Amino acid sequence: MDLQYTPKQQAFRAEVRAWMAAHVPQRRLKSYDTAEGFEEHRAWERVLNSGRFGMVTWPEALGGRGADLIEWLIFEEEYYRAGAPGRVNQNGIFLLGPTLMEYGTAEQKARFLPRMAAGDDIWAQGWSEPGAGSDMAAIRTKAIRDGDHYVINGQKTWSTRAVFADWCFGLFRTDPESSRHHGMSFILVPLDTPGITRRPIPQLDGEPGFAELFFDDVRVPVGNRLGDEGQGWNIAMATAGFERGLMLRSPARFQETAKRLVQLYRRHEARVSPGVRDLVLKAWMDAEAYALNTYMTASRLIAGGKIGQEASLNKIFWSELDRSMHETALSILGARGELLASGLDEADDITRWLKGFLFSLAGPIYAGANEIQRNIIAERLLNLPR
Amino acid sequence: MKFAFTEDQLLFRDTVRDFLAAECGPAQVRECAAGEGRSPARWAKLVEMGLTGLTVPEAQGGLGLSLVDGVLIVEEAGRAALPEPLVDQIAIAAPLLAAFADRTDVAEILAGIAAGTVKLAAGHPLDPFVADAGDADYLLLGREDALHLVPRGRVTVTAEVSVDPLRRIAAVDWTPGNDTLLSADPAILDRMLDLGGLAAAAQGLGLAQTMVDLAADYARTRQQFGKAIGSFQAVKHHLATVQVAIEFARAPVYKAAFTLAPRDISHARVAVIDAAAAAARTAIQVFGAMGYTYEVDLHFFMKRAWALAGVWGDRHYHLARLSRMVLSDDAALGADGTFADK
Ligand SMILES: Cc1cc2nc3c(=O)[nH]c(=O)nc-3n(C[C@H](O)[C@H](O)[C@H](O)COP(=O)(O)OP(=O)(O)OC[C@H]3O[C@@H](n4cnc5c(N)ncnc54)[C@H](O)[C@@H]3O)c2cc1C
Repeated sequence: MDLQYTPKQQAFRAEVRAWMAAHVPQRRLKSYDTAEGFEEHRAWERVLNSGRFGMVTWPEALGGRGADLIEWLIFEEEYYRAGAPGRVNQNGIFLLGPTLMEYGTAEQKARFLPRMAAGDDIWAQGWSEPGAGSDMAAIRTKAIRDGDHYVINGQKTWSTRAVFADWCFGLFRTDPESSRHHGMSFILVPLDTPGITRRPIPQLDGEPGFAELFFDDVRVPVGNRLGDEGQGWNIAMATAGFERGLMLRSPARFQETAKRLVQLYRRHEARVSPGVRDLVLKAWMDAEAYALNTYMTASRLIAGGKIGQEASLNKIFWSELDRSMHETALSILGARGELLASGLDEADDITRWLKGFLFSLAGPIYAGANEIQRNIIAERLLNLPR
Repeated sequence: MKFAFTEDQLLFRDTVRDFLAAECGPAQVRECAAGEGRSPARWAKLVEMGLTGLTVPEAQGGLGLSLVDGVLIVEEAGRAALPEPLVDQIAIAAPLLAAFADRTDVAEILAGIAAGTVKLAAGHPLDPFVADAGDADYLLLGREDALHLVPRGRVTVTAEVSVDPLRRIAAVDWTPGNDTLLSADPAILDRMLDLGGLAAAAQGLGLAQTMVDLAADYARTRQQFGKAIGSFQAVKHHLATVQVAIEFARAPVYKAAFTLAPRDISHARVAVIDAAAAAARTAIQVFGAMGYTYEVDLHFFMKRAWALAGVWGDRHYHLARLSRMVLSDDAALGADGTFADK
C-alpha cells in the first residue's frame, strides 16, 4: 500500500490543472438538454480533444494518452475541480467506446472512434422500450435482414440526448422468432436515417433531456452491427462490465458536490438545526468512501484483477449519496430552494442545487434501477436463491 | 499510488482466517462463553503463530509489522468474535509502547507481549471501563493528558458485566505516579484513542460481515410459504443494503490504518459503527424469533458490535471531531482532497 502519487502522477495532475485553468469556459454553458447548449457542449468536446484530454484512457493513436485508471481518476479530479462542463458524449466515450475497442472490427474502430473522440458524432443509447425497462430482455424492436441491410421497425424510449444526438447504439431483435436474451444484435444507427421519428420528452426540469424514437422501415447497413448476429445481449452485458461500473460516475463529481454542501452549510450554519451538521458530515464521508473504494478497485484492476459485483454496489451507493446530498442542500436552503431562476446573486448556486436534486432522483432509476442492483447483490454476492 | 494490500499481506490474512475458522468458529465461541470465557489453548496457538508479536518491533522478538498488516488481522479477530484479548495487544498496546522501546522496562514488556508471557490492557479516560483489566500484567492508562504504564498490582479492579458475555470489563481505580508515567506528550492520549478507534473499526467490519453471512446462511435454509425465506425480495434487499454499507466502510478503515490520521480514523469509526449497527438489526430481523434467542450464535456478534460502538470515542465523539476537521477553513475538501490531507 502506498497512498502517495508518484512524481509522474503529480506531473500529470499539474498538466491537467494548468490546461483546465486555461481552457475551461469562464461562463457556465447552457444546458446540454437544449439545442443551443448541446452545440456549446459539442464545441467543448472539440476543445478537450485538441488537448488530447477527450478520453485519456484511450490509446494515443486514437487521440488519448494511454492513461491507466489511477491517472484517469486524477484527470477526473482535476476536471471536476475546475468546474468543467458535463460530458455531452458520455454515452459514446464511456460506454460505446470501450465496447467498440473490444468487439469492433478494425474498420469500425477507425470509422467511429476518432469521430467520437472529436465530438463529431454524439451518441445516444437505445435499450429501453415501452415494454422493456428493467426487463431489458423483453425488447421487441426488430431489425430484419434484407440483403446487406437491416430493416428496423419498432420503438425505443428514454433515450438520453437523442433529441440532438447524431447516432444511437442499442439492442435490436434480429431473429424475429427469438425471445428473451436470444436473437438480439448490437446495432449502430445514424439518427438522421429516413424513417426515424424523434419525439422529445421533457424531463422533470422541463427540458427535452430524452426522446422516444420511432423506427419505421429504417434501413441500416449490416456493417453497422457490432459483433456477431445474435450476440447482442452478451455485448450489452460486457458494456455494463467494468468500464461502466467504474467510469459511469467518477468519485470526483460527488466530492465536489460534498464540498459545495459543506460550504453551503457553513454559510447557513447559524440558522439551521444542529442535526443538519451530521447529514453534511455523512455526505462528506460517503463521497470520500466512494473515492477510496474506487481507488482500491482501480489499484486491483491495474494489478490484473477482475471486476466483480462492484458495479452493483457502486451504483446503489453513488446514486443514494447524490440524492441525499441534494436533499440536505435543499433543506438548508429552505424557502429559497424553490428558485429555478432569478436575478439574485446566489441564484446560480441555488439553481444548481435544485436542478441537481431533480436529476439525483433519476440516479436510482437509470443504469439499472437500484432494486435490480439489490437483487444482483443478494443473488450473486450473498448467494440467496432466485 | 497503490491502494492495495500485497500478496503476502493477503496470504497472512487468509492463514489467520483459516485458523480462526477452525479454532474459533461460532460453536467454539459459544462453548467458550458457557465455560471459562477464554481459551488458554487457543491463546497458546495465537502466540505460537506469532500473532501477539505482530506489531512488536523485531528487536523485541516481534514480527515488526505495521498496522496496515495489522488491520487485516484485527478484522479477522472481529469476524470470529475472538474472545481472547489479542486485538488490544497488537493494535493499541504494542504500537504505543514501541515508541518507548529504548526504555529497558518497556523493551522487556514488548518482548513479553511477543512471547505471550505478558498481557496488557489499555483504557482511555473517555471510557469508564477497561477491557481485560483483571487478567493484565500491566495497564496503559491515561490521566490528565499523560499516558501511564501501570503494573497490575498498583490498580484496584472492580469487574462489571458487559452485554457481551465474552467481554471482561472493569472499572479501574489507580493513582498516577512519577514512576508510572510513560509519556506526557499532549498528543499521546489522542494517539491512543486513534489506535483504539481503528481497532474497534476493523473489528466492526469483520463482525458486520459475519452477521450478514450468518443471516444469509439462515435465509438459504429456513423455509416459509414453501420456499427459502432468502428468495423473498424484502429479505434480499435488507441484506443487500447492509452489504453496501459494509463495502463502503472498508476502504476508509484500510486508509486509516495506513495514515493513522485523526480525520481518517473518525471517518472509519463512524462508517463502521453505522454499518455494524445496520448489520445487527438486519440480521436479527432475518432470523426472526430465532435471532432473539440466546441459543442462536448471532447474538455473540451483535453484542460485540454494540459494545465496541461505544468505546474509544463513540459516534458523537467522532462526529464532533470530524466536524472540527471537515467544517473548517483549512480542510482539504473536494475532488483532490482525498490524499492531500495528512
Ligand atoms: C434520466 C434517465 C435517463 C435514461 N436514459 C436512457 C437511455 O439513454 N437509454 C435507454 O435505453 N434508457 C434510458 N433510461 C431508461 C432506464 O434504463 C429505465 O428507466 C430503467 O431501466 C428502469 O426501467 P423503467 O423506467 O421502465 O422502470 P420499470 O422497469 O417499470 O421499474 C419501475 C419500478 O419497479 C421496480 N422493479 C422493476 N422490476 C423489478 C424487479 N424484478 N424487482 C424489484 N423491483 C423491480 C424498479 O426498480 C422501479 O423502481 C433512462 C432513464 C432515466 C430516468
